[in-house]
Amino acid sequence: MSAWFLLIVSILAGSAGDLLNAKSMRDHGEICDFRPGAVARVIGWLARDLSMLISILAQAVSFFSFLALLGVADLSFAVPATALGNVIKTLFAKIFLREQLCWRRWTGALLVSFGVWLVSL
Amino acid sequence: MAAPILMRDMTVKGSPTHELKNQAFVWLAVIANTFGNFMLSIGMHTIQFKPSAPPLEYLRVFANPWIDGGVILLIIWFASQLSLLSWADLSYVLPVTAASYVLTAVLGKVFLHEFVSRARWSGICVISFGVMLVMGTAPRARLSGTEIIP
Repeated sequence: MSAWFLLIVSILAGSAGDLLNAKSMRDHGEICDFRPGAVARVIGWLARDLSMLISILAQAVSFFSFLALLGVADLSFAVPATALGNVIKTLFAKIFLREQLCWRRWTGALLVSFGVWLVSL
Repeated sequence: MAAPILMRDMTVKGSPTHELKNQAFVWLAVIANTFGNFMLSIGMHTIQFKPSAPPLEYLRVFANPWIDGGVILLIIWFASQLSLLSWADLSYVLPVTAASYVLTAVLGKVFLHEFVSRARWSGICVISFGVMLVMGTAPRARLSGTEIIP
């Protein structure tokens, strides 16, 4: 399978997973109680939430396509290329979650992606 | 003019308790992710695991305490990231938790005596700057019309 195809699947599935995680937690509302009983109730709620279940599936697809990518491409290609995911996730958060983004958030996402690329050199 | 500025300052800082909770969970996520991956790396090198091993061999990796510790820390990382997402934007959580890249490089240098190239140190500085920029924003942004970038 082509490295580019695996890369695109890994980035898009990972982005979808994070997006659905964020949606699920936003739907749940802020967690304020961290006592064991309350945490168990949150876990029970998440286990029945469709967004969370699809998100776990998407994260699994992303993980295994990344592993497959490592099988056909160098680590020095895979890691920096997937760092692009930060920018794509920010874009998705803007489009699908309607998050309000200022220049600091956009610049931060770009700098982190660029930094990850430099670290992997 | 004064009211919007005051409101923006309040959204950036939040209440002291909420700010403290947010900071605590950001650091918990960063530390758990970094040390989790670090322990997994030590464990996988210790047992000299081969990816082509049969499926049962995959279960045997859990006999290694480094790997068990790493998995527990990664569960803590996932839980703290989910908690963060319950009150913060995705576009806030992802960049700020990228501080784990910085901590990983420092751990590699200090404990594993890995060589950290000039490019890698530059990357660490760039990531740190990006993290600081995003940390200065409110976890859940409520901006005025002129501040929003389309």
